[in-house]
Amino acid sequence: MTLLIQYMLIFSSVLMLVALGGCFSEHSGVINIGLEGIMVFGALGGALVMRYLPAGTAPVVIILLCVLVAMLSGIIYSLLLAVAAVNFRADQTLVGTAMNLLGTAAATVIVKAINTAADPNNTSSEIMYVDAKKAFIISEGTEFSWFMVLAVILLVASYIVLYKTKFGLRLQACGEHPQAADSVGINVHRMRYAGVMISGLLGGLGGLVYITAGVSAWKFENGVAGFGFLALAVMIFGSWKPQRIALAALLFGLFRSLSNVYTGFDLLKSLNLPSTVYNMLPYIISLIVLAIFAKSSAAPKAEGIPYDKGSR
Amino acid sequence: MQANNTRQPLLRKQMVQTLVASLICILLGLLIGYIALLIINPSQAFEAIMKVLKNFWNYSKSSAQLKHFGTTLITSAPLIMCGLSVLFAYKVGLFNIGAAGQYVAGAGACLYCALELQLAWPLCLIAAILAGAALGAISGFLKAHRNVNEVISCIMLNWISLYLVNTLLTGVKNPTGKDTYTIASQNAAGLLPSLGLDELLNNKNVTIAIPLAIVVCIGIWVLLSKTRLGYELRATGLNKNAAKYCGMRDRYNIVLTMAIAGGLAGLGAAMLYLSDFEQWAVTQASVPPMGFNGIAAAFLGGLNPIGVIFSSYFIQHITRGGASLTSIPGYCSQVSDLITSVIIYMCGFVLFMKTFMNDRLDRRAGKKGGKSK
Repeated sequence: MTLLIQYMLIFSSVLMLVALGGCFSEHSGVINIGLEGIMVFGALGGALVMRYLPAGTAPVVIILLCVLVAMLSGIIYSLLLAVAAVNFRADQTLVGTAMNLLGTAAATVIVKAINTAADPNNTSSEIMYVDAKKAFIISEGTEFSWFMVLAVILLVASYIVLYKTKFGLRLQACGEHPQAADSVGINVHRMRYAGVMISGLLGGLGGLVYITAGVSAWKFENGVAGFGFLALAVMIFGSWKPQRIALAALLFGLFRSLSNVYTGFDLLKSLNLPSTVYNMLPYIISLIVLAIFAKSSAAPKAEGIPYDKGSR
Repeated sequence: MQANNTRQPLLRKQMVQTLVASLICILLGLLIGYIALLIINPSQAFEAIMKVLKNFWNYSKSSAQLKHFGTTLITSAPLIMCGLSVLFAYKVGLFNIGAAGQYVAGAGACLYCALELQLAWPLCLIAAILAGAALGAISGFLKAHRNVNEVISCIMLNWISLYLVNTLLTGVKNPTGKDTYTIASQNAAGLLPSLGLDELLNNKNVTIAIPLAIVVCIGIWVLLSKTRLGYELRATGLNKNAAKYCGMRDRYNIVLTMAIAGGLAGLGAAMLYLSDFEQWAVTQASVPPMGFNGIAAAFLGGLNPIGVIFSSYFIQHITRGGASLTSIPGYCSQVSDLITSVIIYMCGFVLFMKTFMNDRLDRRAGKKGGKSK
């Protein structure tokens, strides 16, 4: 049971962070399908720091550096989307898809090159960080990590930023009606950049949390196995609102962890369902919820539409 | 105006603009790939990029060249179909990111029919088409009747179909590994016929898939540009409300479009998996990239059914070429994935490139006009 709770909380933290990222981007008016790629890059940044920090570094330093570098790599990678979507008015779905493919491909090429440079016989795409990972764990032998605390802090922060600050309200205006926002002197382009970069920050951190969830080595060839897409589902299920996203993340995290540990429960084991069912459930639920509620959707009205000053 | 047309610069032509834009995308993709290679291992970067570009010409014997050319063709056929699927939906104003999932559904259906039900290949092929079409139709229905964005529903369905197919095919898994049985070992009638193409290309996995894919491309081109249905579909894509006003059944057309697009992607999967070139690994945790690469093929081919044939071949050409990179220390085959994804990314800028070209031409034309006065 505690195993289930541990996994559920850590997976929920990942999903919540990334979904909050998507939420910021979409509220500014840019659809971010590329969350998966952003996660991979954040994970790569964090993993490299963990690998190259000398052994015996103080845990606080490890945590701070990893988090900072993961966020920074996420932001830098998200600029690919911002530039294309804001300045060049590119198709956001197309660019996002490209970013997902690019993330995994580029990370694999980088890690493999690093590995073979260190040892010519090592052509794997794996980074190990057994010792450094221990810094994130609150109590030895469990998976309760400081990331869960961080995720809760960022959730509260997101709520405050989005609803209680001038910046957040302006950001939302750009996603609802950019022309109106522009007419009262809000710089739509700058706001959309901010939205996408915040999604890079949160997505990158989410990637780092994901690759430390229960494992202490990561094979970058696998990307992040669809967690970016699952986070999109969380965001939609949470109807683009931080507080609901948190609940949705808990629910989806529960399903995801059930697929890992369901054999530990007699009741679930006796159902004799394959683990794929638990993997599938979050997607099926969000599809059904969408089918029922999409007509009164809470999605930002102007999302996905490049802003053109000249159009009405 | 008529007389002017003959003196218009070549770059004004839509076809030429598309071609130039695609070439720019390819060149930038290769350039970034080359830079990555340079950073990793400067002394052998040129050799490596040539390896990627040469693909089967890397082999000296002509029989080996033919064999690897055949391999490139085998993987091109499903990519052509996925590209066509994305293109078809895009012409009707829908972004079929679900080609990946429809491809998975097609693979599951055809392998299940061939291995578990022991059916002959035409039936397996039809099953794959129907499975893909059904998945596409769900997205289309949700879009038309429930106002669910097709991109979101497609993403959900991609993962649902992956897990479903993994479960479905576990029953026909080869006990010695994680792959399904080969069709040849279980049900030789399930394999696509080759009509002598296998001997011609010295490659036992070459089937009628490539000629079939080209025929389907031409069929889709005819459907889109020469028939009433195609006209209606394109009209719906250009302006849904105007099409509805003209009495076209916009909802029906959206469902139909997604069903056809799904069927195309499903057929693509059958072309690959019914050739025994590859088996399905029932433990795979991510959606196969074929459908996503279909997005690249569609856009790189200038959203033209015939262009897709060439762009698909090019993408598979450099992908197969990348596979030989592992012989050089420090390099890995993913370099060609990197190049492909940069190309897709650059395709997002095609609209901007075209506007830029037109602006430049306008400005030049304006200057000339001013002088002659």
